[in-house]
Amino acid sequence: MSEHGLPADVSRRQMLVRSAAIAAMVGPGSALAAGCAAGSGSSKSSSNSSTAANSSDPKNPFGVKASSPLDVYIFKGGYGDDYAKAFESLYTKSFPGAAVSHHSGQNLTGDLQPRFNAGSPPDVIDDSGAQQLKLDVLNSSGQLTNLDQLLNAPSIDDPSKKVRDTLLAGTIETGQLGQSMFSLNYAFTVFGLWYSASTFKKNNWQIPTTWADFMTLCATIKASGMAPFAHQGKYPYYMMVPLMDLVAKNGGPDVQTAIDNLEPNAWKADAVVNSVNAIYELVDKGYMLPGTEGLTHIQSQTLWNQGKAAVIPCGSWLENEQMAATPAGFDMAVFAMPSLDGDKMAQTAIRAGAGEPFIVPSKAKNQAGGLEFLRIMCSKAGGASFAQNANSLSVVKDSITPDIEAKLKPGTKSSNDLYQAANGQIISWYYLNWYSQMEKDLEDAMGQLMANKIKPADFISRAQTAADKCAADSSVQKFKRPTSTS
Amino acid sequence: MRLRKKTRERLFIASFLAGPLAVYLIFVIWPYVETFGYSLTEWSGVAPPSKVVGLKNYVDLFHDSIFLKALTHNMIILIVFPTVTIILAMFFAFMLNVGGRKGGIGGVRGIRGSAFFRIVFFFPQVLSVAIIVILFQAAYESNSVGLFNAVVIKLGLTDANHPWEFLNSPTFVLWCIMFILVWQWVGFYLVLFSAAMQQIPRDYYEAALLDGAGRTQTYFKVTMPLLWDSVQTAWVYLAVAAMDAFALVATLTPGSSFGGGPDEHGEVLATYLMRNFQVLGKAGYACAMGVVIFFITLILSLVVMRATRRERLEY
Repeated sequence: MSEHGLPADVSRRQMLVRSAAIAAMVGPGSALAAGCAAGSGSSKSSSNSSTAANSSDPKNPFGVKASSPLDVYIFKGGYGDDYAKAFESLYTKSFPGAAVSHHSGQNLTGDLQPRFNAGSPPDVIDDSGAQQLKLDVLNSSGQLTNLDQLLNAPSIDDPSKKVRDTLLAGTIETGQLGQSMFSLNYAFTVFGLWYSASTFKKNNWQIPTTWADFMTLCATIKASGMAPFAHQGKYPYYMMVPLMDLVAKNGGPDVQTAIDNLEPNAWKADAVVNSVNAIYELVDKGYMLPGTEGLTHIQSQTLWNQGKAAVIPCGSWLENEQMAATPAGFDMAVFAMPSLDGDKMAQTAIRAGAGEPFIVPSKAKNQAGGLEFLRIMCSKAGGASFAQNANSLSVVKDSITPDIEAKLKPGTKSSNDLYQAANGQIISWYYLNWYSQMEKDLEDAMGQLMANKIKPADFISRAQTAADKCAADSSVQKFKRPTSTS
Repeated sequence: MRLRKKTRERLFIASFLAGPLAVYLIFVIWPYVETFGYSLTEWSGVAPPSKVVGLKNYVDLFHDSIFLKALTHNMIILIVFPTVTIILAMFFAFMLNVGGRKGGIGGVRGIRGSAFFRIVFFFPQVLSVAIIVILFQAAYESNSVGLFNAVVIKLGLTDANHPWEFLNSPTFVLWCIMFILVWQWVGFYLVLFSAAMQQIPRDYYEAALLDGAGRTQTYFKVTMPLLWDSVQTAWVYLAVAAMDAFALVATLTPGSSFGGGPDEHGEVLATYLMRNFQVLGKAGYACAMGVVIFFITLILSLVVMRATRRERLEY
């Protein structure tokens, strides 16, 4: 299961506050911190200075020594880790003498925290998943390499271009902490409602574009004996996505800003009421797969694969995650959330964003190799390899050429189509990454709403309470939603 | 200079104890001391603590409704789980060892098939928690495919379109977890009590039988009083297990980071601690929670030891 980051923007001010706080701590707290497992204050010396010697060779801009071994750690989540092995073989093609060691796992904190503290981190890390090491904290301890040098390096495909010009819009911003990029968020994730195109075709079911159409379709599906809708009820995070998609489309930027900025009564907006009512309609009309509110993501998705339910909300890692459970001819596809009356965004607008943050630790032994690894990822060959091995879009522009597109799995192809159709209307929410406690409170309420234990009005008042609590909590650092994004 | 014999002896003993003691100090005592230190700080968990805040974390804890809820849940588990486990284990152990009618040495033996049952009851103990989780995830599955749901549907208590929610039910989630705990531990204490029962001289039972005592009387008048030591041990260990319950709650109950749902009805201290430590970036606060749990467990052990202290019978 991936937790795909929407932009985790950390302001310059926050960075200043953090470093000030650490400086303050070195005084009275140092006795406590001395000799402790979490590392001492001395670990934050050289942050960005220890950059590899830049060479002017466009083939090897970071001056990689061909004989230096490369140590790679990959979060093995919904995308697996085969794609990384493909990157590694691209790397050894360029540097045949380099021994690449590949490690993967899910317990990043447990595996990597001791290595960071011992000053011997891997050279490249896919720092993702539930156990990810927090990027802002790693950065404030001087553990991250500034990746601006990667962005300014020549692209592999066309040395006259810089790497920064070969990435999809929003990628750099997502990885920025303050003014520089510290993580390369590589997977491009598209969210929506997933279905079996072959089943829909066989039954002559049309993809709904309005909520009313969707309700009609649900009634038809239910009459056919299939449950219209399943969701990963044990983790209400999944169901929050369609809800907040509806809210964003119905309310537009004003409502989004109000919610992200924790404004009073933000959750009482009409758009929220309409959206919660719409989602609850699915429960109230009995369109849910019986028992889905208690199932894990794997259980519910597998039942969906087995044709017990027609539609399930998820991100585009779904196809890879369900590979083994998907029957032949299933023809996985995805559609955008149907529109409500009075929507302020186009129906084709979707939630999408860059995820899977890759980092190069500043204390990596082969830092140049780590940077080169990322540069290879940013090549068209890298993007194509990711699309084929991880069945997902990457942030590399134009890496899906027609011949690759022909080879794509149906779900990946469909999410690519959906992204193209969105035509730049991308929904993003910031509170998710800014206010973990509030997100947790919302998920709790969502779980209760989907289990039909509370009504929409209760959900809204609980959501507002969660936001108010967050706004009033002085220990939580507050952020403002950038005005430029939709 | 020759050391005195006594001194040499002591040095000899000390040389054997030094290693284990050092291990204990480094890996048990020192982490506790560190945790206490961290609990006085504001600490995100992935970088050194940012400032010392004194007892603020502790004050906050007792105004934190989720913490208090989790504490209540642990207290419920603490009362129900050891009690039920000990009573069941005792009962089964008694039946397996001395519950049979007639025959055996001096007319005292277990019920028919006791060797078989002993193995069956011990079975859950040899399964790792990971397997237990997978097993019960399937058993409690909230649709008609789940084992328990299949049973209740067969019994006509509900229908396939309205399966019971079990782990997703605010009312039952805690009881579902306690059921697994009891299921998991009864076998172990059965064996423990069995071993203790076999220490009890057979003549006591013979004497009781000769005096015309029935099974119930033998149980309450002979077996129980002679098992107090084992019961005391069982209480302490079960109380510690009740204060934990982390693995089951974290993996089986709904919620993204370490479960605890639905809606905090399944929350226990350990899961709330981990969420604060790893997800919410409040490691200092989580340490304060750890210290509180440590003291609760310590006090509980002392109370149990005190309360169950009896005169020991040598045999």
